[in-house]
Amino acid sequence: MTVDTTLADLSDTLFSVSVGLYSLAVVAFCAQLAFGRRPAATRELVGAGAPVEPAAPAATGAAEPPTVRRYGVAAMVFTLLGALTHAGVLLFRGLATDRLPWGNMYEFATAVVLVAVVSFTVLAVRRPALRHLGVFVLAPVVLSMVGIGLFLYAEAGPLVASLRSSWLAVHVSTAILGFGIFFVSGIASVMYLLRLRHDARVAAGTAETGGLLDRLPAPAAIDRVAHRTAVFGFPIWTFAVIAGAIWAESAWGRFWGWDPKETWAFIAWVVYAAYLHARTTAGWRGRPAAWVNVVGLGVMIFNLLYVNMVSTGLHSYAGV
Amino acid sequence: MTVTAPPREAAAPPPPARPSAGRRAWNLWVRWWRRLTAMRTAIILLFLLALAAIPGSLLPQRSLSQSNVAQYFADHPTLAPVLDRLYLFDVFSSPWFAAVYLLLFVSLVGCVLPRAAEHYRALRTPPPPAPRNLLRLPDSGRLDTPLDGMAALDVVEEELRVRRFRVVRRGTAGTDPAGSSGTGAELSAEKGYLKEAGNLLFHLSLVGLLLALAGGKLWGYEGSILVVEGDGFCNSFQQYDTYSAGPLVDGEDLSPLCVDLEDFRAEYETDLTAASFRADIRFGGPDEEGEARTIGVNDPLRADGDRVYVTGHGYAPTFTVTTPTGQTFTDVPAPFLPTNQSTMASEGAAKFPDLGADADSQLAIQGFFAPTGVVRDGILTSIDPRPLEPQVALIAYQGYLGLDSGRPQSVYAIDQEQIDRGALEEVGSANLAVGETLTLPDGTAITFSGYSQFAALQVSHDPGQVWVLVAAIAVLVGLLAMLLLRRERVFARAAPAPGGGGTVLTVGSLTRGGGEGGERFTALVDELRVALAARAPASPTPPSGGAHPDPEVPTP
Repeated sequence: MTVDTTLADLSDTLFSVSVGLYSLAVVAFCAQLAFGRRPAATRELVGAGAPVEPAAPAATGAAEPPTVRRYGVAAMVFTLLGALTHAGVLLFRGLATDRLPWGNMYEFATAVVLVAVVSFTVLAVRRPALRHLGVFVLAPVVLSMVGIGLFLYAEAGPLVASLRSSWLAVHVSTAILGFGIFFVSGIASVMYLLRLRHDARVAAGTAETGGLLDRLPAPAAIDRVAHRTAVFGFPIWTFAVIAGAIWAESAWGRFWGWDPKETWAFIAWVVYAAYLHARTTAGWRGRPAAWVNVVGLGVMIFNLLYVNMVSTGLHSYAGV
Repeated sequence: MTVTAPPREAAAPPPPARPSAGRRAWNLWVRWWRRLTAMRTAIILLFLLALAAIPGSLLPQRSLSQSNVAQYFADHPTLAPVLDRLYLFDVFSSPWFAAVYLLLFVSLVGCVLPRAAEHYRALRTPPPPAPRNLLRLPDSGRLDTPLDGMAALDVVEEELRVRRFRVVRRGTAGTDPAGSSGTGAELSAEKGYLKEAGNLLFHLSLVGLLLALAGGKLWGYEGSILVVEGDGFCNSFQQYDTYSAGPLVDGEDLSPLCVDLEDFRAEYETDLTAASFRADIRFGGPDEEGEARTIGVNDPLRADGDRVYVTGHGYAPTFTVTTPTGQTFTDVPAPFLPTNQSTMASEGAAKFPDLGADADSQLAIQGFFAPTGVVRDGILTSIDPRPLEPQVALIAYQGYLGLDSGRPQSVYAIDQEQIDRGALEEVGSANLAVGETLTLPDGTAITFSGYSQFAALQVSHDPGQVWVLVAAIAVLVGLLAMLLLRRERVFARAAPAPGGGGTVLTVGSLTRGGGEGGERFTALVDELRVALAARAPASPTPPSGGAHPDPEVPTP
């Protein structure tokens, strides 16, 4: 098996193009938030007479002036184009090497970020109000992509023997899906916490309204996004862990051996289980539960970076 | 005794002046039991479990690598014994880790069993009566129909049954004092019982998974052995290089399995990425000819509950030693352990204790093997994992090996202590290609005669693992049912229309789990309206120009 270098180069070029498109999307999302501020402020003035009612955030989408809406549409278009070229990165990697394009950490992380972008796009298309979260999703996406390109890049090459199994398609694909969805969920929880803190400050008079955070959807709506995505991701992650155990049984002679990656996958599973429980338990709803979700995302990222790059385990492949 | 139902037991009945000691102990027990099985305790325990697992991934673990633990002891001589006393090198078999997960599972069982009983009761009782004011439910609406009450409820019942609701009708069925039948008649419907069943299945399967895991640990074993091409072994603990067995494994009782390694092949891509490892083996009972099979990475041998894996491979250079007295050992293989997986540079030793006349004229070779060797400045290195140009670098020692001294020593290295104390003396060294010979001062000739390959084989036996898989699938099924299904209750009540002639149906619903309850309810009400209109007598159209449904759907 030889690597088709033209296709591999095309894949690498598309990677840079995706980073560029996502950056443009970040700029456009920023513009949408920033220039959308003024009408929100005026509405605050009008509503100042009404004592309790806060400005209805659901109304922002409708009240947006056309220029601002154009920024929002442009941001979504850039995001979509970026996702397409991003998918192209993996597609041409796969074609160049004639295998599934998630055989090393570079490809795995790239695929995870793609899933995150796609999940956000699906959410944002279905609920336009969530587009205001765009900059907070796309900015970490750009940072992740740059980090992946700088530190995790691996030349296109064939798979090592131990990865040549049909379980690669099952286990790694679902792990990527689960991770990407948890990524969006974690960011939603972070935004929920920021928004809550901001609202509390506004209520206490230590912060002014009209900031970027006021343009976000209502806290409850963000929290619901976090919960729904986590509910969607949890069975996928559970399946990924089970599939990994089945593969481990045929590859390493035992289905579970507390290899560092396995241990952290287990920790992540436990943390997300705790999140789903906390979400329905009095005293844990809201802020504490959201923190659990953020910890969950931290565990997932730690599992990717630390376990592969620092500790040595059976999941270390292809240099990194 | 007061009440036997678990939920409300300690609901402070005015106590007699002094409860008996037993009674107080019981109350204390109940209080603690309730605290343990509370959801917030479960969340804390989940966190503790996650926290407890962390040191298991950050510190070397005996279960993964004894040598890493030994290395840690060497690097941190003061800290390591302290950590060891806290079981931090055996986290996953430590009492405190067990304490956390056992408490968690007790909490889980204590929480789930009462829920299971409750669910069982719920399955056997009809849906509860409609609440008094249906319009107060999260989703509710009104429907006007010219049908009379019972007929309208019939339509609703039929529609709900088609949607697989369990429906029960209550209220004055037709025996109403004045005129129209079914005024005040009501209907309760419920579906989504599988959601709770999934919840219970999920949690109970976790218990099953733990039990299967424990069973596998108790009755399972694992043995590893290096086998050079042409050699073999039988399934017994005496033969394995290392083994571990559960406490209930009887060493006499292992399945009679013997394996011979006939050939081992490693294949590489052009960029030297390992493409496949294949071992041709023959397996069967001790005195059988055996069945031929090829096993490899991701492709173990599975035979009667035992599994045989290829977990590693390497080269075993062979040596021919001829003493001055004419004694010859021909083609003795010595497995060398790879120190670099990408070039397969390997190190090892060959020991010849029975060579000379006495215990002090034993011979040992410490060596480095390069499948494709390059010598630069007298130093041999390997540049390719394939055996294109095999070479060895040897150091030969003569003297007393110390094999019968009682101290265990590695087969892959010479006991450094024997060298340090002068019992073994270096007598020569050389870099040899295949066929070349190193002649020692006393005339002994060591010839590097070739190489074989060896495979590291592992035999595993885990009677629990099938059950672990079954439990894991049940966990997943339960999880999907719990998260994807929704539990819905729909209520409807018929009342005569204010103007007379016809009925006003009040419909309300309660949904647990899943989102978009409001949208689904709107859709249901729309479909009910269509169904009611279809059944309505065609001619007397109500004067108000059709129904005035106006389901008030609050924003979700």
